[in-house]
Amino acid sequence: MMLNMVQALNQAMRQEMESDPRVLVLGEDIAVDGGVFRLTEGLLEKFGPERVIDTPLAESTIVGASIGIAAAGLRPIAEIQFMGFIYLAMNQIIAHAARLRNRSRGRFTVPLVIRMPYGAGVKALEHHSESTEALFCQIPGLKVVVPSTPYDAKGLLVASIRDDDPVIFLEPTRLYRAGRQEVPDEPYEVPLGKAKTVREGEGVTIVAWGAMIPVVEQAAELAGKGGIFPEVLDLRTLAPLDRETVLESVRRTGRLLIVHEAPKTCGLGAEIAAFVAERAMFHLEAPVLRLTGPDITVPLAKGEDYYYPSPERVVRGIKKIMET
Amino acid sequence: MDDMFQVLAEDGRAKPGREPKLSASDLQKLYSLMATTRAADLKALKLQRQGRMGTFAPSLGHEACQVGSAFALQPKDWIFPYFRDLGTYITLGFPLKNYYLYWMGNEEGMRIPSGLNIFTISVPVGSQLPHSVGCGMALNYKKEKAAVLTYFGDGATSEGDFSEALNFAGVFRTPNVFICFNNQYAISTPVRRQTAAKTIAQKAAAYGFDGIRIDGNDVLAMFAMTKEALEKARSGGGPTLIEAFTYRMGNHTTSDDASRYRKETEVNDWNRRDPIERFRLYLEDKGLWDESFEARVQKEAEDMISRAVEEAENTPPPRPEDLFVHTLKEMTPELNDQLAELRDFLKREPR
Repeated sequence: MMLNMVQALNQAMRQEMESDPRVLVLGEDIAVDGGVFRLTEGLLEKFGPERVIDTPLAESTIVGASIGIAAAGLRPIAEIQFMGFIYLAMNQIIAHAARLRNRSRGRFTVPLVIRMPYGAGVKALEHHSESTEALFCQIPGLKVVVPSTPYDAKGLLVASIRDDDPVIFLEPTRLYRAGRQEVPDEPYEVPLGKAKTVREGEGVTIVAWGAMIPVVEQAAELAGKGGIFPEVLDLRTLAPLDRETVLESVRRTGRLLIVHEAPKTCGLGAEIAAFVAERAMFHLEAPVLRLTGPDITVPLAKGEDYYYPSPERVVRGIKKIMET
Repeated sequence: MDDMFQVLAEDGRAKPGREPKLSASDLQKLYSLMATTRAADLKALKLQRQGRMGTFAPSLGHEACQVGSAFALQPKDWIFPYFRDLGTYITLGFPLKNYYLYWMGNEEGMRIPSGLNIFTISVPVGSQLPHSVGCGMALNYKKEKAAVLTYFGDGATSEGDFSEALNFAGVFRTPNVFICFNNQYAISTPVRRQTAAKTIAQKAAAYGFDGIRIDGNDVLAMFAMTKEALEKARSGGGPTLIEAFTYRMGNHTTSDDASRYRKETEVNDWNRRDPIERFRLYLEDKGLWDESFEARVQKEAEDMISRAVEEAENTPPPRPEDLFVHTLKEMTPELNDQLAELRDFLKREPR
C-alpha cells in the first residue's frame, strides 16, 4: 500500500501489538487522542486501555515506568511528545535504561523503544524543533535510529520493537506526511546498524540521515546537472554506527561531505569525520567538510529557513569539496 | 510518638492487641536477621577501614525497618531497593557474598540470583521509584497477584521522580508499597530542610491513597503494617506510602563524618532507642531470648559473614571482556575493536 511515514509507523506498532502481547504503548495524549501527530490513532480501539495508555504529564516517569515495565518482561513503546521534552527524562535514559543490562550482568534488560518527533522545518514553537541526537549517541547501551522514508520507518520500528536493548527512535517531523511510498502490508525488519546507499555515485560521498536525506537528494540531483554525481548514504542507525559502509564508500570516492541539521560542535558529524580520519585518511583527496546547523538555539518560525542546510547550501558544499 | 503506629513501646513491652501473629520461631528468626544484619554491616565497616571494601552506606539503626518490612514479603513480590538495604537483602536470602562483592567494586555482585525478584541497587536518589511503578503496571497488565515494595530515604521525597511515581501509582492503582526510611538526614541535610510538611506520610493524600507513619525502630510494627499494605496491594486495593520514622545511627557513607552536622546528645538519645535492643527486651520478657540464644545467633552470623568475606575476596577481578559484553545484547564491531585494543595493550604491558 502507498503509505506516508505516519501511517507506516502506525502500521508497525499495530502489527507488532497484534503478534506480540508483550508490546504496549504509553505516553501523553496517545490513546484517546491518538497522539498529537496521530501516530497511535486507532490503537486504543483495537487493543484497549490496558495496552494503549494515556499517562500523566511526566516524561521522567513515562520513561522510568517503561524501564520497570520492560524489566518485568514486557516490551513498552513510550512516546515523548517532542524531542525538546526528552531532557526531563535524561536521568532515566542515561542512568538506568542504558545501564541496567550492565549493572545486573544481563539479568534485567530494557527492551524499550522511546519514540519522538524531532527536527526543524514545520515552523513550530520553541522546543519543538530539536535535533540533539548526538547526546544519545555518546551513551553506551543505547541504540539511536532515524528513518527517512515510510518503508524504512516501518522496518526500522519493527526491528526496534523486537530489539532487546533500549532504542531512541527519532521521527523527522518534516517527513511525517512529506510523501507516500509503497510499503509492504506484512511486517518486516530493516536491520539496525546498517546504513543504506540511497544513490550510487563517484567523486564524493555525502553522509546524512533523517530529514536531511531529501535535502541531500535534491542537491545531488542539482549537482548532476553540473556533471557531479555524489554518492549518498543514509545512516538510518546513528548508534551503533555503520562505519564500514561509510569507510568503503569514502575509500572509493575520496571525498566526504557530512550534512546534519544539529549544531556543528560535537554533532555526530564530528565522530564521522574522526573515524574517517583514523581509518581512511590516505584515501582522502580533500579535507572532510561538514554542513550543519550553526551552534545556535534553533530559531522560531520566522528565522527557521536560515537554520538547517538547504539543497542550495549542500550544492555549494559539493562544489567546494570537488574544487579542492 | 503518639502519631506513629507502634506495637512495642520503647521499653520493649507490647501494646495490647497489636502483636502480629508470629510463631516463637519466627520471632526468633526476626531477631536473628536483625542481629546478622548488624554484624554484617559492622564487618563491612571494618573491612572498609582496612582498605578491603569500597565506599558503602552503612545500615546501622535500620535493622528493624529493613528486616521487619522484608519479612512480610512473598516470593512473587518485587523489591526495588535503594543503597541502604542490607537487612532487606539478608532477609530475602540474597547472598551476602554478592553484597560485599558489589561494594568492593565488582559488578558481579549485582548479578541477582534467578528466582529472587530484587531489582539492582539504584544510586541516583529516588530514581528507582518510577521503575517500581512500571513494574506494578506490568503486574496489573499480566494479572499477576503480587506486590511491589520500594525503599528510599527522606531525601528522595524531594526528588521529582518521587512525586511523578506516586502520582502514576495513584492514577493507575498499581500494587505498590512505598517505604520511606525517614532517618532524619540526607547526608547532612535534616528532614525539615527537605519538606515543610508535618509528616512524609501525609504526602500520600496528594496522590489519592493512604499514607501511614510507623515507628521504624519497632520491628513488629514494621512487619505488621507492611504485611497489611502488601496484602492490600495484592488484592487490588492500590498503593500505600509508609513512613518509617527512624534514625541513621551511622554516617551517611564511609566517606562521611556525621559529627560535622549533628550533636552527640542527639545521637546518644537515638542510640538509647536501638531497634535491636528494644526487640531483645520483648523477646526476653516472652522467654524467647537468653544468653545462650544470643551466643548461637552471633556464632551463626559470624560463620556466614566470614564465609561471605572469604568468597568475595577470592573472587577474581573482572576480565577486560567482562566490562564490555553487557553493554548491549550483541557486541558491536566498534566495541570489538576497542576490546581488542585493550587486550593488545595488556598483552604487551601486563598489569
